[in-house]
Amino acid sequence: MSTVDPIVKLTDVTFGYPSIGLTAPVLEDVSLEVVPDDFLGIVGPNGGGKTTLLKIILGLLVPQRGTVKVFGTSACRVCSRIGYVPQHAEIDSSVPANVLDVVLMGRLGRSLWGPRYGRKHVEVAMEALERTGTQDLARRPIGTLSGGQRQRVLIARALAGDAGLLLLDEPTSGVDAHMEHGLIDLLRELNASLPIVMISHDISFVSSCLKRVACLNRTLTIHAADEVSDATVAEMYHGHVRAVQHDDSCAHSGADRPKGGKGSA
Amino acid sequence: MQFFYDMADNPFLGMGLLAGILASLACGVMGPIVIARRIVFLSGAIAHMAVGGIGAAIFLAGVYPQTWGWVQPLHGAVVSALFAAVLIGVVHNRVAERIDTLVGALWAVGMATGILLIKYTPGYQTELMGYLFGNIVFVTREEVVMMLVVNALIVVTMLTFYKRILAICLDQQQAQLQGVNVVWTNIVLLSLVALTVICLIQVVGLILVIALLTLPAATAAHHVSRMAPMMIASTVLCVVLTTVPRVAVYGTQISPESAIVLAAGSVYLLSVVYRRVLAR
Repeated sequence: MSTVDPIVKLTDVTFGYPSIGLTAPVLEDVSLEVVPDDFLGIVGPNGGGKTTLLKIILGLLVPQRGTVKVFGTSACRVCSRIGYVPQHAEIDSSVPANVLDVVLMGRLGRSLWGPRYGRKHVEVAMEALERTGTQDLARRPIGTLSGGQRQRVLIARALAGDAGLLLLDEPTSGVDAHMEHGLIDLLRELNASLPIVMISHDISFVSSCLKRVACLNRTLTIHAADEVSDATVAEMYHGHVRAVQHDDSCAHSGADRPKGGKGSA
Repeated sequence: MQFFYDMADNPFLGMGLLAGILASLACGVMGPIVIARRIVFLSGAIAHMAVGGIGAAIFLAGVYPQTWGWVQPLHGAVVSALFAAVLIGVVHNRVAERIDTLVGALWAVGMATGILLIKYTPGYQTELMGYLFGNIVFVTREEVVMMLVVNALIVVTMLTFYKRILAICLDQQQAQLQGVNVVWTNIVLLSLVALTVICLIQVVGLILVIALLTLPAATAAHHVSRMAPMMIASTVLCVVLTTVPRVAVYGTQISPESAIVLAAGSVYLLSVVYRRVLAR
């Protein structure tokens, strides 16, 4: 792993929100490397610092201690090359805009001036919609989409920015089970050419198709996906979890996952 | 029809009509943004802050006529509304959750300052009523020129910053990741809202400003689903709403300002009912 330059490299990152400060840090001495073909899941209890960690990688938050390198430089200089799919509540669906308008936001950093996006940008956005299988939705108002369609559109927006790294925050919340499987397949496809870091509280989803799992509860521990057991999960949640044994046959190959890959005990 | 016969003799009628149309462009473009950004309440606060400025201008010109005699109420309105816009923009960035409190405070304090200052200005002041309830019958040339300038500013800003503005309406965080300076864009946006409010004060008065800023845009939102067409639709609607009711009630006891707002409200209500019927 040391032969390739990491896409993301966090070293001893400690962060506390200004109102509380370092007396009760959200993250403490977190070190993490994301390599080019990574598919890293981040699990952990609410308040464990998962979203905070993503925002630090994005450069939206600056840690009090430690260093953050993304694509070998400081995060804020390359953040338009990071595709970020936020939790579903963060996009205002009452704003009058259609799907293409939303996806074109991924091109905004390259086309800040003027009233409209050029033809080339629209083409790139349409390609991104095609990659996520949502090209038919391009003219639909963003407020009329289902949870699953919305996630795909937000992934398309991330891709439209020529992302070299995909960060997803709870991509399966608000998505029904059927759509969820499609979403997992899509992410696995994208992972062929793109490193992915994904937050999930859905432990079954996480262990069923990731390469590595990071357990985050203020401090961070990394496991290979197949070594995440009930014991690791219980330890992280302080024993208050009853987990189901999962099928992890797709954890490494990423192919030939048996149908209905989660939750068969 | 009497209106158009009289227009030939009375230039103020034409000036009022022109003011209505110019205000329509400003509020037709800014209204959809105000609704999408959910800053209706904020715009109300900016309008009431303008009263403080109007009061200060009347006070200065009345008490110190030698040095401040040139100050018009409009100048005070512009300065205080822009001040409120910048203040809200800065505070919004620092402590977003406290913005309600600040907006409420500006709303009341602006109004109180204005009333107090006018009370302590020697002489009988009737101008304040005109600003509160509008005075479309008597719009000066200077005011029309100011509206022209505001419209030009809005059009130029939209032509250069439209994509960023749409982006911060949709998803502020993503806009920031794409390199948009969210704080500055917000301040620019709020300043344009402040100037639009000043234009609308001329037409319907500041108490009724909110009606014209929100109702035509909300009506347009029922029928179009993208920002730019919504701006065009609500501009057209604003032009109709500021001219037709005004001409219709000409020569009657009904005040044109109230007629404009009631017409805007009725059109909105009809649009809601129409949509409900269509949905069945």
